[in-house]
Parts: sequence; C-alpha cells; structure tokens
Amino acid sequence: MRRAEAIARVAAALGDDVVVTANGWIGRETCAAADRPENFYMLGSMGLAAPIALGIALAQPERNVVVFDGDGNLFMTLGVLATIAEQRPANLLHIVFDNGVYGSTGGQRSPSQRVALDALALAAGYAAVDRVTTAEELDERLRRRPAGPAFLLVKVLAEADGDAPRVVHEPEEIARRVRDAVAMALQK
Amino acid sequence: MSFLDDLRGAGFDFFTGVPDSTFKRLLCELEERPEFAYVPAVSENVAVGIAAGAHLGGRTAAVFMQNAGLALAVNALASLAILYRIPMLLVVGWRGHDGGDSPEHRITGAVTLPLLELLGVPAFVPARDSIDAELARAVAAMHAQSRPAALVCRPGVVR
Repeated sequence: MRRAEAIARVAAALGDDVVVTANGWIGRETCAAADRPENFYMLGSMGLAAPIALGIALAQPERNVVVFDGDGNLFMTLGVLATIAEQRPANLLHIVFDNGVYGSTGGQRSPSQRVALDALALAAGYAAVDRVTTAEELDERLRRRPAGPAFLLVKVLAEADGDAPRVVHEPEEIARRVRDAVAMALQK
Repeated sequence: MSFLDDLRGAGFDFFTGVPDSTFKRLLCELEERPEFAYVPAVSENVAVGIAAGAHLGGRTAAVFMQNAGLALAVNALASLAILYRIPMLLVVGWRGHDGGDSPEHRITGAVTLPLLELLGVPAFVPARDSIDAELARAVAAMHAQSRPAALVCRPGVVR
C-alpha cells in the first residue's frame, strides 16, 4: 500500500477526531487528502507529533485524538511510548505509517527495517496494538475502536519523493484552527 | 500556600516537565497532589510538545525543567512553541549560574540567559523575595506576546 492511499483511507474514517501529523510527507499528504480545521500540521519539531497529541488527549479526555506518525519521527522520541503508556489516555490512537526510510531526505534506512515499533509499543503497555499491511486490513481495523492508548502500525511502501504540495496554512493559523475546533465542540 | 498554588492562581491548569534537583520538594509535592494531574515527561523536548498539545486543547501549561534540559528543548521551542505562538511558562532550574557548580553545569549555566535571549523567550530571574512579582511579569509577557516565557530559578529560590 502506498502511504498516500493509507492516509486517505484513515482520513475518510475520522469523524471529528483531532489529528496531529508528523512533519514531512505525512502532513503534506494529509493536507492534500482532507484538509480540515481539526488537523494540526506539525511542520518542524520532528519527533513531537505524539507528545503534542498526548497533550491534547489529556486536556480533552472526551475528544478522540489520532497521531499520524512516521517511523523516523517516533524513533527520535521513542521514550514517549513510555509516557503515553504510563498516562493511559483512552482517547488516543497512535498510527505509525512505517515505510522504513527517511523519505524526505533521500530514503536512508530507519531502524524499523530491523526493529519492530509495534513490539515496542506492546512492551511499553499500550492497551491495543495492531499491525496492518493491506488496504483491506486497514479498513477492517478502522471499523473497530478499542479503548486506548491504541497503536496501529501501517506498513507502507518506501517511495521516492511524493507529489503533495506543501501545507498551505501559516503555523499560527494551524494552531488557532485546532484550538477553535476543540473549543467549539465543547460548546455544543 | 506553595509556589504551585501561586501558579494555579496565575491561571496555569496543566503541569508537565522533567525532574530537576532545584525543584526537588516542589516536584514531590506536585506528584502528591492529584488535583494538579502532573504529567511526567521523559525529556524536556517531549515536555514542550505535551505542553503545546495542552494549549491546543484549551489549557495553559507550566513546564518544569533544568537548564540542561532547556538546551535539549531548543528545537521544540523554536520550531513548535515560538513558531506557532503557543504560550507556556518554562520554570527552569539554573544550575551553574555562578560558575561554582559541578563541571557539567558550567557551560550551559553560562549560556542559559543568552540562549533564551537569542530565541526571543522573555526570561525573568527571581530572588527569594521577588518570586511573586517575577512570576506575574513572566505571565504578563507570555500572554502579551503569545509565546513561551521563562522563570529562571537559582537553587533555593523556589521552595
């Protein structure tokens, strides 16, 4: 499965979930597939998509929060698996689109070619851990909503540069949109 | 009333960070008081990420760290908190502030305030009898500029 296809399939299943995307192609492809105010596009600060999502999930325990992480991103702050497992946010789904390479910088290998991130999440103590490789498996998994913290490793192809444009929004606007979307849902 | 109550009084409703001996008693108190729902982070850049998320979720975070961890969190501050104009209060323990600390603190201790200045993070250095006033100034700067502000504390200032 191509990453852009996997992202589009997850985006189609989102509802009003808040999404935090890792920097690089994951954010660009998410913005291209389904730009929405609930998306926080992390443009820099590699490795911090999961910590940001954890902060939102703890601040708003009634709201579902989904991380669109990458393998290179997660390896950069691997310890956050322990923080998430220790905090046990039931409303957090941590998806890793795992292509085994640093795709934005030329495709150098990441440790995930030999180190299984889903095994690490399971060892840390995530409440539900799954791995899918096909579109059918992904759709089937997305129909279930196990209590979190849940971890979903989506194995995707290692590809050369994608063709999605840069995220069109300014950073301040991205933050304001997400904050407003969360606050508005609370008022309803 | 402890400094934690002062923080709550100043509007902070989310607490994260990494332990630092400068705040030994304060952080133990933080863990013992469940109403603060302290989120211990594994590193200071992760703590800044969690605090940024808390802001997106409608909260205002205080982040405890040692100045060594401030150095680790530089990119999280620059390309996340400052870039997206996310307010948070960094409560930083200032080891090596006078050159008399142990060797590992000398270099980071000497560059702590210049580092914050380079980043454009307003920094406030309280004495024992000016902690309330400096906290108020830091909070005002944080809101006025919608960015992180730092309270840089020598050991013994906050008890």
